[in-house]
Amino acid sequence: MISAGSDTIQELTVEELRAKMGTGMTIEDPEEHMLLSMGPQHPSTHGVLRLFVELDGETVVNLAPDIGFLHTGIEKTMESKTYTKALVLTDRMDYLSPWSNNLAYILAVEKLLGVEATPRAQVIRVILAELSRISSHLVWLGTHALDLAAMSVFLYCFREREYLLDIYEMVGGQRMMVSYFRPGGLWRDLPEEFEPAVRHFLDFFPARIADYEALLKNNPIFLRRTKGIGLISAEDATAWGLTGGNLRGSGVNYDVRKAMPYSGYENYVFDVPLGTDGDVYSRYRVRIGELWQSLRIIEQALNNLPDGPVNIDDRKIVPPPRSELGQSMEAVIHHFKLWTEGFNAPKGFVYQSIESPRGEISCYLRGDGGPKPARVHFRGPSFVNLA
Amino acid sequence: MGIEQKLGNMGVVTYRLEDLVNWGRSNAMWPILFGLACCAIEMMSSQAAHYDASRFGMELNRPSPRQSDLMIVAGRVSRKMAPVIRRLYDQMPNPKWVIAMGDCASCGGVFNNYAVVQGVDEIVPVDVYVAGCPPRPEALIDGFMTLHEKVRGEKLKDWA
Repeated sequence: MISAGSDTIQELTVEELRAKMGTGMTIEDPEEHMLLSMGPQHPSTHGVLRLFVELDGETVVNLAPDIGFLHTGIEKTMESKTYTKALVLTDRMDYLSPWSNNLAYILAVEKLLGVEATPRAQVIRVILAELSRISSHLVWLGTHALDLAAMSVFLYCFREREYLLDIYEMVGGQRMMVSYFRPGGLWRDLPEEFEPAVRHFLDFFPARIADYEALLKNNPIFLRRTKGIGLISAEDATAWGLTGGNLRGSGVNYDVRKAMPYSGYENYVFDVPLGTDGDVYSRYRVRIGELWQSLRIIEQALNNLPDGPVNIDDRKIVPPPRSELGQSMEAVIHHFKLWTEGFNAPKGFVYQSIESPRGEISCYLRGDGGPKPARVHFRGPSFVNLA
Repeated sequence: MGIEQKLGNMGVVTYRLEDLVNWGRSNAMWPILFGLACCAIEMMSSQAAHYDASRFGMELNRPSPRQSDLMIVAGRVSRKMAPVIRRLYDQMPNPKWVIAMGDCASCGGVFNNYAVVQGVDEIVPVDVYVAGCPPRPEALIDGFMTLHEKVRGEKLKDWA
């Protein structure tokens, strides 16, 4: 076990260690139990996180997380960008599902502006958000299985993820950091190849989920390492403010898509998978269930994809199409204004929640009447789930 | 003909030690298993089945710095993370190399602010910079190959 960043634990007395960790952690039995510093460089800390752990054999008695190794000042930086330019920073908050972060921020901006995206843009947003849920869950499933010593699941998951990343690249020009949702609509309309590619995905993916399940569901090693481990009761989960699969694994029926529908989620038929036991295995079942439900939503959305424009007809918010720039002086002015100064949003604040793959991600946005947000704050699901 | 041919006929191959060692080093370079942010996901992609970095002997990530030759700084380096990275680098045995993967590790990228170290070369010496936000797996593999070329050109007199 590597202890990086400060002195190794063996060099510290218990008092010093406790002082180092602040008030959080009590150590029950410093003589008998093993004290470990786990991370931030540790093979199973996906994302950099440091844990001080008190171990009794293999049972964790006490634990204190040390976070902030990835604090990048995103909220402060966004205050110095215009509303449109701040969007690129939201991609980089939760890099497994940039689409969800984009969506939370863009919906907040649109709420502040008092506009609503066109029906076509809304359906496209739903399709891409659900594809992003699948690609994010694929990384979760792959690394989850990898940590429990099932290497092949990881390779299979990343194979399917590559297919989805190709779709993102086709749509947004980038594999991960797409910034495709824009205030008032989308960057551009979908390319022609999008629909066949997604339909092909809908065809082959159910069999692939069955493959992952076959590798894990009846695997005794996997079951022994997930069943009855990491129990969270429904009361605790609610009291700690958990959201997403972590909450629903404990059987609490809360999904922002159902509770506070956005982007037209109320028009889709889908279930919210719920766990029963609140252990790791329940959460695994919930997320696998979400893969199936996402496929259902995508299929309905593709079948009902309306025609029409993807951007609202307001040149103060949405830049004019390239073709107009050669002919219309007004279009050139709008284009220039939007890319140098941006648009002014009214004074006031909004709060917008959406259901990201990891749970509820919310954006608090305050405008001061100018072209830049006065304050942006994100309620990140993983931060709350860990803290 | 030369001595190489004579020895070759006897089943002996002669080679310069320098080239042999460099060949070995460049074909079995073990990166430390250490991801920071977005780029780490593309690093995982480049090691997964589709891009298959094992074609270049790069697939075996070691969780321990004591067993690794290469540090891929994949992602933004926050001020809190910087001493950790330096410590990990110091724990790696020589010879060791560093790839700064992505814009953040190379120069701070979009995060030009108080929290992020503006380029990991402020902390550790960097051999190869890979541009992109995040770089595609192809770009990272190109970075690997660039590094391998550099390693193959290293001189015996510089080893010590």
